[in-house]
Amino acid sequence: MDAFLLQILNGLDKGSAYALIALGLTLIFGTLGVVNFAHGALFMIGAFCAVTLQKIFNISFETIDATQTDFLGNPLKVKTTYLEHWLGADLGGLIINWSVPLAILFAIPIMICFGFIMERGLIKHFYKRPHADQILVTFGLAIVLQEVVKYFYGANPIPTPAPDALNGVANIGALIGMDIIYPVWRIVYFFFACLIIAGVFAFLQFTTFGMVVRAGMADRETVGLLGINIDRRFTIMFGIAAAVAGLAGVMYTPINSPNYHMGMDFLVLSFVVVVVGGMGSLPGAVLAGFVLGILESFASMEWAINLIPGINQIIIYLVAIIILLVRPRGLMGRKGVMED
Amino acid sequence: MFGLEKRDTTLLLIVAILTLFAPFILNPFPTGSGLAQFNAGYPDLMQRFVIFGIFAIGFNILFGLTGYLSFGHAAFLGVGSYSAVWMFKLLSMNVLPAILLSVIISGLFALVIGYISLRRSGIYFSILTLAFAQMSFSLAYSVLTPITNGETGLQLTLDDPRILGASATADGSIPVTNLFGLEMRSTYQMAVGAWDFQFNIGYYLCALILLAAFYLSIRIFRSPFGMMLRAVKSNQQRMNYTGLNSKPYTLAAFVISGMYAGLAGGLMASMDPLAGAERMQWTASGEVVLMTILGGAGTLIGPVLGAGFIKYFENIFSKINDNVLHGWFSFLPDGLEDFVVFIVHPFIGKGWHLTLGILFMLVVIYLPGGLVEGGQRIHGWIRGNKRGDASQSKTNPAE
Amino acid sequence: MSKTDVSRRGLLKTGAVAGTGLALPTIFTAQSAAAFTNDPTGGTVTLGFNVPQTGPYADEGADELRAFELAVEHLNGGGDGGMLSTFSSKALEGNGILGKKVEFVTGDTQTKSDAARASAKSMIEKDGAIMISGGSSSGVAVAVQGLCQEAGVIFMAGLTHSNDTTGKDKKANGFRHFFNAYMSAAALAPVLKNLYGDDRKAYHLTADYTWGWTQEESIKAATEALGWETVNTVKTPLAATDFSSYIAPVLNSGADVLVLNHYGGNMVNSLTNAVQFGLRDKVVNGKNFEIVVPLYSRLMAKGAGENVKGIHGSTNWHWSLRDEGSQAFVRSFGTKYGFPPSQAAHTCYVQTLLYADAVARAGSFNPCAVAEALEGFEFDGLGNGKTLYRADDHQCFKDVLVVRGKENPTSEFDLLEVVEVTPAEQVTYAPDHPMFAGGQLGSCNPGA
Repeated sequence: MDAFLLQILNGLDKGSAYALIALGLTLIFGTLGVVNFAHGALFMIGAFCAVTLQKIFNISFETIDATQTDFLGNPLKVKTTYLEHWLGADLGGLIINWSVPLAILFAIPIMICFGFIMERGLIKHFYKRPHADQILVTFGLAIVLQEVVKYFYGANPIPTPAPDALNGVANIGALIGMDIIYPVWRIVYFFFACLIIAGVFAFLQFTTFGMVVRAGMADRETVGLLGINIDRRFTIMFGIAAAVAGLAGVMYTPINSPNYHMGMDFLVLSFVVVVVGGMGSLPGAVLAGFVLGILESFASMEWAINLIPGINQIIIYLVAIIILLVRPRGLMGRKGVMED
Repeated sequence: MFGLEKRDTTLLLIVAILTLFAPFILNPFPTGSGLAQFNAGYPDLMQRFVIFGIFAIGFNILFGLTGYLSFGHAAFLGVGSYSAVWMFKLLSMNVLPAILLSVIISGLFALVIGYISLRRSGIYFSILTLAFAQMSFSLAYSVLTPITNGETGLQLTLDDPRILGASATADGSIPVTNLFGLEMRSTYQMAVGAWDFQFNIGYYLCALILLAAFYLSIRIFRSPFGMMLRAVKSNQQRMNYTGLNSKPYTLAAFVISGMYAGLAGGLMASMDPLAGAERMQWTASGEVVLMTILGGAGTLIGPVLGAGFIKYFENIFSKINDNVLHGWFSFLPDGLEDFVVFIVHPFIGKGWHLTLGILFMLVVIYLPGGLVEGGQRIHGWIRGNKRGDASQSKTNPAE
Repeated sequence: MSKTDVSRRGLLKTGAVAGTGLALPTIFTAQSAAAFTNDPTGGTVTLGFNVPQTGPYADEGADELRAFELAVEHLNGGGDGGMLSTFSSKALEGNGILGKKVEFVTGDTQTKSDAARASAKSMIEKDGAIMISGGSSSGVAVAVQGLCQEAGVIFMAGLTHSNDTTGKDKKANGFRHFFNAYMSAAALAPVLKNLYGDDRKAYHLTADYTWGWTQEESIKAATEALGWETVNTVKTPLAATDFSSYIAPVLNSGADVLVLNHYGGNMVNSLTNAVQFGLRDKVVNGKNFEIVVPLYSRLMAKGAGENVKGIHGSTNWHWSLRDEGSQAFVRSFGTKYGFPPSQAAHTCYVQTLLYADAVARAGSFNPCAVAEALEGFEFDGLGNGKTLYRADDHQCFKDVLVVRGKENPTSEFDLLEVVEVTPAEQVTYAPDHPMFAGGQLGSCNPGA
């Protein structure tokens, strides 16, 4: 029983990452109709916003400590960060320690600008082009972004720990009289994901802007005919999608150290999630993210592997195949979206 | 000639000349000169050009004609490779049965996957094929290791139970792949002045098969069957309303292109008897998609050009390192030399991906029809025609 | 420069076919002049360095490349000579190899067998490389080793830790300096016993491919011999990035040691996840829960940050070693590049030197002569103490380092500390050991 609950938790936690990425992808792919192969790269750029902020906080000066030597036998250069130097070890250290949560504030404007530039500069010209061209250009962009990041940060994962205060484990089973231990940061991630998802939904549901965008999703031409500048709104939506992917990346960094190709690892998966959820359906994308996360967790349990060897490797794809055959429009999609 | 129109015959002849004289054409720079780095006329790369050309031609029969974008074609190539290597291990080192088996097995595999996947169209079809291919890859890498030898890849060993032929040669090595005694790897070297040309048996086998594959693809493009496939692409619904069931046509196209992929896989294993699971990964499927789009989807020659383009970058640009750069620019004054090397450095060697990515974007932005359109524009420009005229000479419109 | 036929048997046939097929005016090269593939006839000799330059191991590959460049520099008499001065064999004189200046070509393995073979082939066919070295994974090493055997050049393996490389996939033309999974296990087991006792319950998480399996097999055998019990072994998909669903069951399994048979990115993620789940603070069966990472890589350990502290594992070499050879290498590498070399860099540097030395001692570039010179060669002064290149399987036998993640690193490179140097005798096994059975070296192939 404990094991099951733990795996459900795990699934929710994995699913939050999937859901966030798929949410952003649906905004672009399911509504603008652009097959965005660079979406994984946006997730990666978000993660590297956190890395960058951590690097900025850690900019330091060197003092020479004659008592110790470095690997070549020269006197050791000890680095002290300017933050600690200026603000004192306590406050400075605290800020450095909290660099990942602080990176959220840093990443939002960067990702939104990034989304704007990407949409205005590139994607805009591809709305009417075949999907094949969109794939080629966004894949090219994804490679370029990856390589640029690799050029500056190297190929190895870069450790970006969570703040010490959020680094331990919590016994969340205590509430229901059980013993379920789970890492605090992963719980934070889950709630953060819920918050972002709720935010995006509220924005689309309760603002005029959101209403227009939803109308535009349903029938872009008519909305255009009504004299509404839907293009500008779509640009903004693209910026929001980029920000959602970026934030998912920022918060993901303490869970797994980011590296330059982390986006590609999520890319295929996020497309599967979107399609399983139903093209163009935001709730579908979120639901599918969580469902696939939980199923993936279950599939990695021992009885599942013993039952079907290798099930943990293929579960996502197997589910996708079954759903597409049984319910082609996906979990919550409308019929006939992007069937051609 | 060969039942083709004049224009297609010309195209076929051009391809024939290009492939047969590739050892000369791809080796324009004298060996030992600084630019020899750009020579691609060595057996392995030439083989890869034509093998991936075959793969892309096959992919184009499905994607270019029907518009169905398969994201799992690499699975067929992988299955083809595995079949061929198993044939070498169990039956004989002759490449003929191996290639035949790989075509048949991948055809059957394509039949099953195509039958299921073609129940959906559009992006759903893409995801289905992707899912099948990823499953094949994951299983080949892990659970199916007894058949695939997992991560290491399926290789020949000294104790293969080969029915026709010895397990090992007299001097204790693994026998080499051959076609009735003609060894695939034997290469004839011809030195002309400063040049050094290599003629490889394996390459010429691949080249001949490429020509046959290309010819077949022209015939398919021009046949009523090809017409039917184009009808599927332009409006499947309308076609269905007229009472035509399009499924058998698309399935046939899927299987044919799967067999092309299997043929490519079998040839790959024949040239180099190894089959690895990475050949089936989604990135490999993505690569053939990129090749086709880059070259010009729906055109006859485009996919081959795209395949050559990507493989050239992968194999030539990745090998340029700073030492080579310093060699090239050594004529410049010291400071300037370092500066130029510094500027070029991110784009070569380990940065070849970056160059490729940038080129993808440039091509698709400025040449929506792929490399073929580029060729047409140059052609049109040389003839002094306007663009409008140039588009008439398109080998085949991409719709 | 003239190059010659890759095949020696198809020679006549090919000549005939090509000759009649293409009646062109040609100036024939003397095909029979060379006795082996890519016989260097000019004043230079070309080595091929095939390392991952793209993909997850790109940084490791970059470090290998630095080491190769350094080795070439030293072979040609440049720099401070590095380990040439500490190497027990004095056949190398700093004038290249056999008086020929050493040149090199580089390629990208992409950590894929196919790409690695393509790259190696281009070095052999186009650039005339006489030896191929490098690589950062066993799959690639085995694939390229097979290719070199067929083509008739020497393969000096880079970083490859699977038992198979010199086990069931060993080849007469292939040589490995790096240690293997069996040695890791043999070196680790006694240390683990001292630290954690002989009554432990181990839980294995294993990367689901051949290297992972050989390591799991090795560690399991070694720890069970100590009296440990193996509670469970679970395979994790290579593509997994989040290991939480595999770590979570460990909590309630009753195990008190977690063995992570992962490398590279997998290792960084699984270790990070394990620490996240508080495993290190757990007490099970009255004992502190422990995590073991049998194969450490300093470059990768860096990615796991704080999480490596106090975690034990093994490594082929570490820059903090105090012997003369290691010091000399660290000095010349550190002076040139500004940071200490990794174990991948070390093994690649040493392999290049060993190859050059074998050529010098054999007096010939012929792969068979070189192989003979390497087989059974005993040497010292290259950083691992006295080492033997065993003739039976072309595996080096040398001391193995057991290391621990350092609690108080003084710099970003100072991540591991050497806990124990397990002597070579303890990690030596019989050539016909069951974990290595099933393959044959075959006979050396000089190519043309």
